Amino acid sequence: MGTKSSMLLQEEEIEEIQRETGFSKNQIVRLFSRFTTLDKSNNGFLRREDFLRIPELAINPLGDRIVHSFFSESNDDTVNFRQFMRILARFRPVKKNSEKNKLNDRSEKLRFAFKMYDLDGDDLISRDELLAVLHMMVGANISEEQLGSIADRTIQEVDEDKDNKISLEEFVKAMAKVDVESKMSIRFLH
Amino acid sequence: MMLGAEQLMIAAVSLMFFPIVAILCLTIVLASFGKSLGIRRTYVALLLRIFEFAGTKLAAHTTYEDESDSEDEDQEENPAESENGNGNGGHVIKRDFYLTVTRGLMRPEWEPFKKNFELSDICYFTKCGMEAIIEDDVTHRFNAGELASWNLLTRTNTGYQLTSARLTVLWCIGFLVRYCVLFPFRLILAAVAIIWLVVSTAFLGYFPPSPLKRSMYSRVSLMSFRIMARACSAVITFHNQENRVKNGICVANHTSPIDVFMLSCDNCYALVGQAHGGLLGLLQRALGRATSHVFFERSEVKDRHLVAQRLKEHVNDLDKLPILIFPEGTCINNTSVMMFKKGSFEVSTTIYPVAIKYDMRFGDAFWDSSKHGMVTHLFNIMTSWALVCDIWYLPPMQRQENEDAVQFANRVKREIAKQGGLVDLDWDGQLKRTQAKESWKQKPQEQYSNMLKVD
Repeated sequence: MGTKSSMLLQEEEIEEIQRETGFSKNQIVRLFSRFTTLDKSNNGFLRREDFLRIPELAINPLGDRIVHSFFSESNDDTVNFRQFMRILARFRPVKKNSEKNKLNDRSEKLRFAFKMYDLDGDDLISRDELLAVLHMMVGANISEEQLGSIADRTIQEVDEDKDNKISLEEFVKAMAKVDVESKMSIRFLH
Repeated sequence: MMLGAEQLMIAAVSLMFFPIVAILCLTIVLASFGKSLGIRRTYVALLLRIFEFAGTKLAAHTTYEDESDSEDEDQEENPAESENGNGNGGHVIKRDFYLTVTRGLMRPEWEPFKKNFELSDICYFTKCGMEAIIEDDVTHRFNAGELASWNLLTRTNTGYQLTSARLTVLWCIGFLVRYCVLFPFRLILAAVAIIWLVVSTAFLGYFPPSPLKRSMYSRVSLMSFRIMARACSAVITFHNQENRVKNGICVANHTSPIDVFMLSCDNCYALVGQAHGGLLGLLQRALGRATSHVFFERSEVKDRHLVAQRLKEHVNDLDKLPILIFPEGTCINNTSVMMFKKGSFEVSTTIYPVAIKYDMRFGDAFWDSSKHGMVTHLFNIMTSWALVCDIWYLPPMQRQENEDAVQFANRVKREIAKQGGLVDLDWDGQLKRTQAKESWKQKPQEQYSNMLKVD
C-alpha cells in the first residue's frame, strides 16, 4: 500500500537493503511504512522516545535494553532506516540453503542476545550486569540475595576461564543446546 | 466577446438557481419528516461498483511489479495472497507473543511450572519487544485505518491515481464531483442545519420546562441533525431500534464528534462533555437552552465526584433526556474498542450500549485531533464520497451482583466490539497522548518471577 509520508524510498536504496539484509521488497516497503509511522515528527530518523511510545514495548521489562540495541550501531542518539533494518534483519528466520555471512545466522542472533546482558558494551557480562538484567525481569518480586545466588550459580556454570565474567565464547557455548534459531526469529510474512 | 461570456454565465447560473434551490428545499423537507428518496443509497451502490473497477485495475498493475522480485522464501505462507498486493490484511509478521498490562506475556508454553533461570530467558522478552516494534496493537489505532483496496481518494493513498490513464481520469472526475458539485451543496445544507438549530433553540429557551417543550425540542433536534446528516451524505442503517433508550445512560464507541450527529438522527440525547469555545461552544450553548445537558467547565472535569454527582442527578430525573457517553474518552479509528473508563458504569446499574461502525471505503470518519482541528475534519468529511455507517442498538445490560464497575465496563465493551466487528482491546485510549506507565511493567515481571525457582 502507498505511504502518506513525505519521505519516499528510492529503488536503489531498496535494492541495497535487500542485498544487505535479505528482506524482500514487499517486506522492506511495509517496514518502511512502519518506520515512518513511528517517526511522528517526520525527522527521517527515530529517537528513544519514538520507540518507547509503543505501549507494548514500554511495558516490556527489557524495553530499554531492546531500544538500546538499535542505537548500538549509530554514533548519536538517532536511528535511520538503514540501521533500523539492519537490527531487524537479525530476527529473520534462518534458511537451510541461504548464503553464509548474512545478518540472521546463528552467531549474529547469539551476539544480539549477548549484547542484551552486556550493559557497558565491553564484551563481557559481569556479575553486576547479570544482576541488573535479572532485576529488570523480575522487578521487586524476588529478593536481592536470591537474585545474587542465581547470578552466582549461572556464572559458575558457564565461566570457563574463571574470571568471574561471561565472555562471548563462553556465552555461545552455554547456549549450544538452545534453539536460538527459533527463539530469536520472527515469522515474517511476504 | 467578454460581455457575451458574462451574459451567458449570468443566464446559466440563474437557470440553475431554481432547480438547486428546489433540491435543497426538498432535502430539508424530507429531512424534517425523516423520510428518504433512497438517492443516497443508489449513489453508494454506484460508488461500490466504481471502486471494484478501480481495484481490478490496480491489482493488475501490482502483480506485474511483484513478480520481478522473488527470493526463495518458504512458501508456507499462502502464495495466492501475494497476488493482491498485500493480501495479508496489512500484517508484516505473524506474532508469537503479546504483552498486555492485565495479562502479562501471552505465551502458551508458560505454564505455571517452576524452572531454573536460564540465560536464554531473555529471548522471550526480546522477541516480544522486537515483534511489538514491527507491529503492535495500539499505535495504528490512532491513525486512519487501512483499506483493502483504493477508494479513489488521494488522502487514503497517494500515487495510485498515476497507475493507469483510466484511473487518473476517474480520479479527476471524482475530484471535481466531490469538490465542485457535492461540497457546495453540503456546505449550504450544513449551514442551514446549524442556523436552524441555533435559532429554534433560542426561541425554545424562552419556554419553561414542560412536556410540550420536550416534544418540540425533539422535533427540532431531529430535524437539524437529519439535515446535518444529509450534509455529510450519510447513509445510516439503524438496527434493533426496539432497544432505543428513553431514559438512562447510553454508551457507544467513539470515532469522531460526528457520532453525535449520527445517533441524534434517530433519538434525542443529553450530551456530556467539556464546555468548548468557538463553533462547538455556540452549538453547546444553543443545545443547552432547549434542554438540560451536562457540560462542564475545564476546571470541573478533574473533579470525579462532581461529575458522578451531576450524572446521577440527571439520570434519576425521568423528565430529562437519556445521556450519551463515550467511555473511551477519546477518538479511536473505528477498527477497535479501547478501554472503557469506569465512571459512567459507577453511576448507573443499567446501561444501554450502542455500536457504531463506519464503512471506511466511502470516507474516513476518524478524527485525528493531533493532525487537524474540527473544521478541517468536517471539511474532510464533506469532501469524501459519503458517510456510510451501521448503528446497532444493543439490549440494555445490568450490572451483576458480583461485578464491580470495571468488570461491568469490560463486559459492555466486549458486547459492543462483538456487534460492531471491532477488535476488543484492553489498552487505554489515553495512550494516544500519554506514555505508558512504568508501573504497568509489574504484571509481566510478576509472571516471570512466579516461574523462577529460587532457593
